[in-house]
Amino acid sequence: MSRLHESFAVMLGREPRKPTPDEQTDAAKVLFQFKREPEQVAKRKRFIKEEKVHFKPGNRWRLRRWISIALINLLFVLSFQADIQVVEGALTASRFVGFHMADLNSALQVMLAYKEVVINLLIGTSTVLLVWWLFGGRSFCSWVCPYHLLGEIAETLHLKLAAKGWVQDHRLHRGTRTVVYVAFAVLAVVTGYTVFETINPVGILSRAFTYGISLAVLWVAVLLLIEVFYSRRFWCRYLCPIGMTYGAVGAFSPVHVRYDAEVCLHEGECRRVCMVPHVLSMTRFGWNADVKQEIGADCTRCGMCVDVCPTGALKFDIKGLGKLL
Amino acid sequence: MSVLTQFLGDVKSDRREFLRSALLGTAVVGTALGGFLPLAALAEPRLRPPGAIDEKAFLAACIKCGQCVQVCPVEAIVLADIDEGFGVGVPYIDARAQACDFSCDALQCILACPTGALSHVPSKPEEVRMGFARLAAPDACLARHGQGFKGQARGAGYEGLHRYAAIDRWNPIRVSDHPYDLELCDLCVRECPVKGAITLEPMSSDPTDKRRTPVVQKSCVGCGMCEMICPVEPAAIVVDARASGSAPR
Repeated sequence: MSRLHESFAVMLGREPRKPTPDEQTDAAKVLFQFKREPEQVAKRKRFIKEEKVHFKPGNRWRLRRWISIALINLLFVLSFQADIQVVEGALTASRFVGFHMADLNSALQVMLAYKEVVINLLIGTSTVLLVWWLFGGRSFCSWVCPYHLLGEIAETLHLKLAAKGWVQDHRLHRGTRTVVYVAFAVLAVVTGYTVFETINPVGILSRAFTYGISLAVLWVAVLLLIEVFYSRRFWCRYLCPIGMTYGAVGAFSPVHVRYDAEVCLHEGECRRVCMVPHVLSMTRFGWNADVKQEIGADCTRCGMCVDVCPTGALKFDIKGLGKLL
Repeated sequence: MSVLTQFLGDVKSDRREFLRSALLGTAVVGTALGGFLPLAALAEPRLRPPGAIDEKAFLAACIKCGQCVQVCPVEAIVLADIDEGFGVGVPYIDARAQACDFSCDALQCILACPTGALSHVPSKPEEVRMGFARLAAPDACLARHGQGFKGQARGAGYEGLHRYAAIDRWNPIRVSDHPYDLELCDLCVRECPVKGAITLEPMSSDPTDKRRTPVVQKSCVGCGMCEMICPVEPAAIVVDARASGSAPR
């Protein structure tokens, strides 16, 4: 199975797996053998011990993302409320200095339900497709989506409560999102309504910011309560079809996080902070197919793993530009 | 079918997780489908912005972005809340609160719509068919009693806007800033943006009889301006939305 195929299958819900010897490059095998040598194991242990004393995980990427989410959503609000007209509309569709933009998932729902595509929608969808192909698919989630920001706050609360033993994380099967995705697509075609948009928290929030608070926000509150008290990152991890649409785009994107097995100490800090830890399966000892490897399609390019990695084994990378930078 | 067997393997290994996933996944899809209920329960169709296609297709084609809201000079267009189910985020006009008076001249909302939910078929206000005005409470109509009207059409606190071409061709002002002094109330005719869409007809052949009745003509576009300006409470004249869409065929 090719790595792209693998990355898609894992996004759709399959558990990540250790690559077979056939799927591992020779360089990866050599590195694995080297890392298994007793003195290397001892060295790693020493490094980890030292690092626990000296290393402080950064907050650089999270800060940048939060600024990005706040700024972009603020631009939407000010474009209407202060009439600055930079990006008019909501996150479902807008005009950016006059150019059409359409959220890929909302546009898809409209196309499936309405079954006609006017030229403006086609232009808007293509523009956004190009933009998010360039910037990394699900980077929409962590760099633009306002729900993601609220989800991160809910997650922090959840983790605090969980540490005290007051709540427990109830995991769902990741395939749930795939089933829900197909269900919404079929429902749009069959009923002729954009069924998903009724509960789309991104649209609801974006409209509430720009046009004023609505009752619909209560639905978003319900989702957040579930995330705090019942299931960590419930919506973003297991359900949101928007994430899957953008994930599919991101599979081919030049912007990605790259893993370097050579400097990795396999502590698993990255998987602990990651919203989609299945994309980081290659950071497990012996699970990397190559020495340097791209993180899979479901990755939101949030940079939490980059911030938390003590050795710099995980870094942002742009395909083709890696050597220039 | 390695993917499928892997899925089933997972299911076997954690039955609780599977049940939880099935339950919550169904709950989410079910909640969204609940959006159908308000449509089934809705007694009267909403008045949609100019150019809106047939109601069912309109709900499907609208991408719920509110760009039409942003361009309307009188802010007549508002977005529906989640109590309208599948219609959440879809634009409508509450004519009594703020009607469309075509202050923009050029059907800006239609030009703003990115999906064709507001069809480009009408190219000028006269071609729009949003609804049709109806004298709902003839006994309340001042003109039918031969009465005049003096003062602010909707009272001092009313915030609705209207463009008075004689005062400011380009900027709509508050209706409350424009008091009237009319010997015979003809507000619905006077402020109708489509000339001749409503006429005042005599109620008898007696030339001294001051009474007049508003008659809605075929050219009525259903913008709701008459409903908005009608000074009696509730309005004597109202607009019925056309469920079949406001684009002419």
